[in-house]
Amino acid sequence: MSATGAGAAATPKYTKKDFESDQDVRWCPGCGDYAILSAIQKSMPDLGIPRENIVFISGIGCSSRFPYYMNTYGFHTIHGRAPALATGLRVARPDLKIFVVTGDGDGLSIGGNHMLHVLRRNVDVTVLLFNNRIYGLTKGQYSPTSELGKVTKSTPLGSADRPVNPLAFALGCGATFVARTVDRNIPHMDEMLKRAAAHRGTAFLEILQNCNVYNDLAWNVLYDKESKIAHELRLEHGKPLLFGPPDARKAVVMQGVTPKVVDAKGVPESALWVHDEKNVNAAKLLADLFAPDFPVPIGVLEAIAAPIYEDVVIEQERRALSERGPGDIAKLLTSGDTWRISEGA
Amino acid sequence: MSETATPVKGAGKSPKELDRAVIRFAGDSGDGMQLTGEQFTTESAWAGNDLATLPNFPAEIRAPAGTLFGVSSYQLQFGSHRVYTPGDRLDCLVAMNPAALKVHLSDLKPGGLLIVNTAAFEKRNLDKAGYSANPLDDPALAERYRLHKVDMTGLTHEAIKDLPLNAKEKDRTKNFFALGLVSWIYTRPLEPTLDWIGKKFSKNPQFAEANTRVLKAGHAFGETAEFFEESYRIEPAEMAPGLYRAMTGNRALAWGLLAAAQRSTLPVVYGAYPITPASSVLEELAMHKRFRIRTIQAEDEIAAVTAAIGAAFGGAIGVTCSSGPGIALKGEAIGLAVTAELPLIILNIQRAGPSTGMPTKTEQADLMQALYGRNSESPVVVLAPATPGDCFYIAYEAVRIAVKYMVPVLVLSDGFLANGSEPWLIPDPSTLPPIDVQFRTEKDGFFPYLRDPATLARPWVRPGTPGLEHRIGGIEKQDVTGNISYDPENHDHMVRTRAEKVRRVAQEIPPTSINGPATGDVLLVGWGGTYGAITAAVERAQGEGKSVASIHLRHLNPLPPDLGHILREYRKVLVPEINSGQLVRVLRAEYLVDAVGFNRVRGLPLASEDIYEAVTQLIGSQK
Repeated sequence: MSATGAGAAATPKYTKKDFESDQDVRWCPGCGDYAILSAIQKSMPDLGIPRENIVFISGIGCSSRFPYYMNTYGFHTIHGRAPALATGLRVARPDLKIFVVTGDGDGLSIGGNHMLHVLRRNVDVTVLLFNNRIYGLTKGQYSPTSELGKVTKSTPLGSADRPVNPLAFALGCGATFVARTVDRNIPHMDEMLKRAAAHRGTAFLEILQNCNVYNDLAWNVLYDKESKIAHELRLEHGKPLLFGPPDARKAVVMQGVTPKVVDAKGVPESALWVHDEKNVNAAKLLADLFAPDFPVPIGVLEAIAAPIYEDVVIEQERRALSERGPGDIAKLLTSGDTWRISEGA
Repeated sequence: MSETATPVKGAGKSPKELDRAVIRFAGDSGDGMQLTGEQFTTESAWAGNDLATLPNFPAEIRAPAGTLFGVSSYQLQFGSHRVYTPGDRLDCLVAMNPAALKVHLSDLKPGGLLIVNTAAFEKRNLDKAGYSANPLDDPALAERYRLHKVDMTGLTHEAIKDLPLNAKEKDRTKNFFALGLVSWIYTRPLEPTLDWIGKKFSKNPQFAEANTRVLKAGHAFGETAEFFEESYRIEPAEMAPGLYRAMTGNRALAWGLLAAAQRSTLPVVYGAYPITPASSVLEELAMHKRFRIRTIQAEDEIAAVTAAIGAAFGGAIGVTCSSGPGIALKGEAIGLAVTAELPLIILNIQRAGPSTGMPTKTEQADLMQALYGRNSESPVVVLAPATPGDCFYIAYEAVRIAVKYMVPVLVLSDGFLANGSEPWLIPDPSTLPPIDVQFRTEKDGFFPYLRDPATLARPWVRPGTPGLEHRIGGIEKQDVTGNISYDPENHDHMVRTRAEKVRRVAQEIPPTSINGPATGDVLLVGWGGTYGAITAAVERAQGEGKSVASIHLRHLNPLPPDLGHILREYRKVLVPEINSGQLVRVLRAEYLVDAVGFNRVRGLPLASEDIYEAVTQLIGSQK
């Protein structure tokens, strides 16, 4: 039943090239999506899954063009609905490895409802949410992750709505795997893609992505060399929350029920906050940390095990079949109250 | 079970023969009228009568007791001949409270049998029903109808006074008094109901005893009470020989899908969001996991349909079901299935609208939505069952066409068919046409939009098939290769191809069966749940020597290939519909015939009497 187990015995040795489709890639030059595409294509051979058992499902938006460029099975569907469509596909075909590629608008605005439910059901799909804090395909309106007061074509005086935090949203929905990476940090992105793809249940990976046309350097906090050193908090299971330049390391610690940034030097080892991917409550606190007052966490916030929707569905069917055998429509039709009208009655 | 030793005073009166009877049980939502009606239906089916039923209940789950809007009713017609409808005017009305009397009395024929539960006619209930005085005291009521005032509540309590049940529990069995009484009046066998009681209350012998006693008390009351001047017998109907069962439309839809799952050997993924009157299809399917039916109660209507599309992409039978408001939400996704050319089955159990409308009331006003209710040129196959039992065949046919032509198929059922039941001749499933699915596995020469020359269907490929990895989507694609294409000529070609694919489904439609002469004065054209009412009206007109025929369309897109020819064989074409004239517009547009509509949009089935009058008028209006 496990996707990773699907046909693994006979998996050919692939290279990145095996996963490149023959279609021309049509993103703007300089778009962050190129790096993500390349990283995903590169990560595919490591899955150990035959190419024909991999499916990419997307909705609408720049990110959602993704399936066309992957030499796997793919379905470019309608706006926001990829998680729901993927759920149906998983229920029909639990032997497939399914990726959902979405963006901040597709996944958190028009498709927010489906994102909520795929996460709470814990359907075994890997959700890659490209967050560029802007609507690119419709040419530059603000998105549900844009900051309050964002000036765009549709909000000339600044947006009036507060942004949603994708990680906090996912954790609030009961997600079993939540992580964040950055399009300009290729090694980290490689590692996160592997972790997300290997998770059983819904894996939610936010990829901070640059739209160089409509929202350039929205994630400069992690692009600019100095800023990156000052703000990037690498989450590693079992390691303390330390960040900042080597000569001025800082720590995130808990004071009461509130996270605080302190100089690492003076903190006794026992007072450090040691990252634990199994700690859902801690993950919820981490999800809210952001510059300038806090570092920006990247890595796996949470990875836990929980029942998987389609496993339960298939198990109910398996049990019904093993206990009572396959259904027979002829028997069903004549079951219960029936009566016979005889010839000439 | 206890013996009730009651002296049989009424014995000796022999029942009067009737052809048919129309009965309605009406009472408060909490009075158990649906159960009473269902049991009476089962008894009548046992007696060998043909029948048709009309359950009618409020949308509120527990409507306030005694109110007009809280009235629930169950009507059936049963007869010794073919019965096409639940009947127009009532021969017998059972009113369990003043509100039921007020709501339903106008449907009772003058001289009809009116049985009321007098115990419920007290001040509070009279006030709630808006009666300033007790209508039972008005002598006009007894003059106009054969009024029988029975203290059903009192007699019920009397029959079970020694049982250790509380007053409320005892009260709740009074519907079985009414059932027993009416069963006596119409000489119905009690066995099916006694069986039902035995099974239902097998773990609760006191309730079994109470219901049994009350049922028998009602029956005995009819037999002994002097004032029931007569009882009736309705001979068994002449029906095709074979094994029968009662079938409702929604169960038939579900079972048709089970039959299709078994025959195709494919799993069914059924995505649905609960909505009246469609939810019972989901509930029925959820019980049959052994048929590899995987039900998803989705987060919303859009998720329900997209999950079904995802399943179809995976090589399963994808089905979604809703009512009109939900179908509206699914529109964009249905368009995706149109352009992705995937099989998809969409069931619409129509109800009165627009918007929320009247959820528990029937209508057939979603035809235009089915045909045109999506953006752009987005044709789908549209089928409509004619009777509750026909829903079985239509659901099966929808799957067969969808997978053969790689096309969405939309089924238009309605609230009347969904909840109504009929005696249904059980088919031998091996006689159903095969559903042959051939997934493409051959690599050589593969393209996602290659086409079968006969059906124009593109190949169905299961993900997991090596060497056939491909991408599809909502963006226009080049024919054959499936690559994204914005080429103007290609788009025009694809629009025409998708339309032609649907048009070719016409080759699946059998010759149209005409009820009546092949040429004549008036042809009635119907679709959906109006079949019975139209047929009854037509047969009545034919019985009077009128030159009238009818046809009933089960295929609404494409239309039957012989339809244009048939329409021209009659001087007038009349199209009765529970909408403002939808099929009639299609026929006028498609065939340039001067068809006229007969339209009533009341949330109720059409009355055959009204259709008959429309036919008569139309004949009279001819030069």
